[in-house]
Amino acid sequence: MNPDLDRYEGVIGLEVHAEMLTASKIFCGCSAAFGAPPNDNTCPVCLGMPGVLPVLNRRVVEFAVRAGLAIDCRIARRNRWARKNYFYPDLCKGYQISQFELPICEGGYLDIHVDETTKRVHLTRIHMEEDTGKNIHDAHGDSSLVDFNRSGVPLLEIVSEPEMSSPAEAGAYLRKLRTLVQYLGICDGNMEEGSFRCDANVSVRLRGATELGVKVEVKNMNSFRAVEKAIAFELERQADTLDDGGHLVQETRLWDADREETRSMRSKESAHDYRYFPDPDLPPIILSEDFIETIRRALPELPDARRERFVSAFGLPAYDAEVLTSRRDLAEYFEAVVAAHGNAKAASNWIMGDIIRLIHERKLDDAPIITDWPVPAANLAALIALIDEGTISGKIAKTVFEEMLTSDESPRAIVERKGLVQMSDESAIQAVIDEVLAASPDKVAEYRGGKEKLQGFFVGQVMKATGGKANPPLVNKLLMAKLKA
Amino acid sequence: MKIGPDDIRTVARLARLNLTPEEEASMVTTLDAILTYMETLNALDTTDIEPTAHIIDLETPWRADEVTNEANTEALLANAPARDGNHFRVPKIID
Amino acid sequence: MTTPLHDLTLAEASARLRDGSVSSEDLTEAALARIAATDETWHSFITVSADEARATARAIDAQRQSGAAAGVLAGIPIAVKDVIATAGIRTTAASKLLEDFVPPYDATVTTRLKNAGAVIIGKANCDEFAMGSSNENSAYGPTRNPWDPTRVPGGSSGGSATAIAGRQAYGSLGTDTGGSIRLPAAYCGVVGMKPTYGRVSRYGVIAYASSLDQVGPFGRTVEDCARMLGVIAGHDPRDSTSVDRPVPDYHAALGGDAAGLRIGVPKEYFIDGMQPAVEGAVRAALDTLGGLGATTSDVSLPHTSYAVACYYILATAEASSNLGRYDGIRYGARQAADDGLASLYRNTRALGFGPEVKRRIMLGTYALSAGYYDAYYLKAQKVRTLIRQDFDRVFADVDVLATPVAPTTAFRLAEKTSDPLAMYLVDVFTNPASLAGLPAIVVPCGRDEAGMPIGLQLIGPPFGEELVLRAAHAFEQATSWHRERPPEPAGAAA
Ligand SMILES: [Mg+2]
Ligand SMILES: [Zn+2]
Repeated sequence: MNPDLDRYEGVIGLEVHAEMLTASKIFCGCSAAFGAPPNDNTCPVCLGMPGVLPVLNRRVVEFAVRAGLAIDCRIARRNRWARKNYFYPDLCKGYQISQFELPICEGGYLDIHVDETTKRVHLTRIHMEEDTGKNIHDAHGDSSLVDFNRSGVPLLEIVSEPEMSSPAEAGAYLRKLRTLVQYLGICDGNMEEGSFRCDANVSVRLRGATELGVKVEVKNMNSFRAVEKAIAFELERQADTLDDGGHLVQETRLWDADREETRSMRSKESAHDYRYFPDPDLPPIILSEDFIETIRRALPELPDARRERFVSAFGLPAYDAEVLTSRRDLAEYFEAVVAAHGNAKAASNWIMGDIIRLIHERKLDDAPIITDWPVPAANLAALIALIDEGTISGKIAKTVFEEMLTSDESPRAIVERKGLVQMSDESAIQAVIDEVLAASPDKVAEYRGGKEKLQGFFVGQVMKATGGKANPPLVNKLLMAKLKA
Repeated sequence: MKIGPDDIRTVARLARLNLTPEEEASMVTTLDAILTYMETLNALDTTDIEPTAHIIDLETPWRADEVTNEANTEALLANAPARDGNHFRVPKIID
Repeated sequence: MTTPLHDLTLAEASARLRDGSVSSEDLTEAALARIAATDETWHSFITVSADEARATARAIDAQRQSGAAAGVLAGIPIAVKDVIATAGIRTTAASKLLEDFVPPYDATVTTRLKNAGAVIIGKANCDEFAMGSSNENSAYGPTRNPWDPTRVPGGSSGGSATAIAGRQAYGSLGTDTGGSIRLPAAYCGVVGMKPTYGRVSRYGVIAYASSLDQVGPFGRTVEDCARMLGVIAGHDPRDSTSVDRPVPDYHAALGGDAAGLRIGVPKEYFIDGMQPAVEGAVRAALDTLGGLGATTSDVSLPHTSYAVACYYILATAEASSNLGRYDGIRYGARQAADDGLASLYRNTRALGFGPEVKRRIMLGTYALSAGYYDAYYLKAQKVRTLIRQDFDRVFADVDVLATPVAPTTAFRLAEKTSDPLAMYLVDVFTNPASLAGLPAIVVPCGRDEAGMPIGLQLIGPPFGEELVLRAAHAFEQATSWHRERPPEPAGAAA
């Protein structure tokens, strides 16, 4: 690490904007879906035409409360909308409907794990607001274009306290938060498409100092890696500047992923004055205990609880449990496999190995929810059952698995069709062993002369001669008996 | 003076209004008079008074999460001063 | 001598349509002819939608002939203030910025008029974005008072009032934020009504100050207003501030008399410097009501004198935000960006907005800006509470309040344009009910020495529309002010 950074500590707070998985927009009946032709998902309301008015989508409030309950926030029984006034082409009304003094959720925390230690990061608040449209730059020489399909898509803004001190902590917090919103079914967590966006407030101060340094807001990171790199760059830039006797200015900087650096944003005014005030078009939101309790009762099991259960109920290593619970769909897939055939460790091994590799290869990890698994849970369970009952070996299972990827047949059908049933008949295996040993008398002599690692060679020969079907433990047992005889 | 030429320029910039020098001068005079008049409210002690943001006691009503709009892009873009296909066109935005 | 068609009240025209003695096409042609003959002088209209009106009239006539049930306003030519969106008919808000704006949607009140069979004859002139008390802030030129074209009709719904006073339409819609229906009604000698905030949908009504704006009717009589109110009132799921409670039969409320009505007379509404004829006419009206069996009593609304300052802070603050959308990107007259994107905003708004709109945007922006919010905006919100509490207190003891509408009758054009504060103070008797969200009606109650009309304001408790209609109707039935009409403009065919 840069020596400068040893003298300083980073102070990092994250502001996440999570687009909610609602069918319609927050204040109008337009579709909130991503990817429609330009301005197709618009109406007078989300284009900010004269005289039109907002009407709130109930699910937006439900999702906000769901998030607040999962993060242990205080839910404001009475909260309200505020207008945030500023001008930008993608902002259709000259103001964004957001929340200011009375947000729907305050407080709460997430526990993150970095370098074997657990750290609690507190949240400042969670509030609801509308997304803006999208400016398309560099379209034609001197013009930019504006598409309002995203205008009015509901957002949750989740603001942390400035309690993280390293890029790794920021990354861990962000991953944890994404897992959580995915679990809750309120956001797909896709950073590349911008449905899960993160701005970082970064400052440095001399180690041990209590006063906060000059805060820089860093924007435009569209992956976890980018967030970590941008924060690392910014910490170093700030430390260098201070060490060189320079001054830092409070500003907004953009992460340039190609050049791997942050640069000052020219067009943003240095001092914002958003002139927040209560939105007169929307009365306060009043939440009944009943409304909140109904949402609480319907909360899914959350990642932390599930991870602990995977360790205690299935005896999985902590690492496996962590990986398997990192996505709700993955955890559910695992549970479905185990429900069909109770060998949890084997299920975990298959998923942690082949299934995750395939998910990655097929880019399914970008999907909000994986529905189209490489292998249905029931088939993976059936495959594990075939191994456990001794019908096939682990090695044959790999062959069967490859076959399963392109076929709808059950593993058992594949095994039968291809004649892959494990050879467990002692006398048949004995006959093969005899043949193998007879074919290599010199190797047998070497083995008996003390070169015991030739054992593997003999096993390989037997497996080869049986087309991999011989039951490996049996082969070992019989071979040893013969060689030691 | 409640408000001077510098304040007027700051507020005009916030409000995205170009003011001519004459407009600026007249704003200083009239706004100063109006703001001075508004200070009459300071005669009232409002320490324990709740502010009124909505005069009728209502809650924000909720609608069901349903897509009810159909694409009507052409009609919605018909008033656009400049467009490019189905996009609105603006002078180049520099971040 | 038979009454010319344009001279009929809405109720009379409606009866003639029902008995088959006139058609909607007759009424529509009469209104269009009247507009053609007089509007050069009065300038009540920004847009006359003659083709659309004729088509609607023919369709309504055909419907009536086929025996299909006709709505309350079936076939009646109605003018609509140009801040109310009308699909396919340009809606300018009297601003240059929206000169070519044709909304692809109707305001809910427009839809309701259409569903009731109304013929929308045109878009009435008004102050730009409803900001003004004289109608001199229209980018399309001022409207003139039919009683004396050298005087203002009052604002901001000046065109909606003159269209009624001048017999250019049988009814009209205006909007009232701080008195914009009531002041022109008083100045032009017609009936105008501001309903309780939340009673009528604001959807599609170009916003000036959203916590205060309310649509209401103008008519020659209280009955005409009651009919129109019955059509436009009611819950609208597209307006989150619209109240979900049943709409009473306002017409039925007119049957009652004034006997037993408890009328409060707030002493703060009779101030020094008031035109004596105005006070005289209002006092006389109180006597009339007393003679009809109402009891009158003096009451006090101690925070009345703070209403103008309170109103102009809140209204301009909301306006500064509501007008942020006029950036020349999605609609509106865009000006050249000579210096990058930021200049697109600055130039479009500088050239598109008139001086008063700019002044209010500046004021409101200032009142909301960092460092001033508490001193101005928040302070005004608290004073609003005090003003509402004043009314809550008196409505425990009285049914309606009777007051003047403004300290004077209509003033001359250009008389107050150089002194905005003097112009704001014209609203001194209308701002309080606006801040409290209360229903209020204005009925003609006299004329001054120059012959200019004087209005009586009756203010009710929240959702007390029936009470104010009943009081106003009883007064109207006992007097003949509402039957007086302005002189014909020079050169107009009678
Ligand atoms: Mg935000
Ligand atoms: Zn929409």
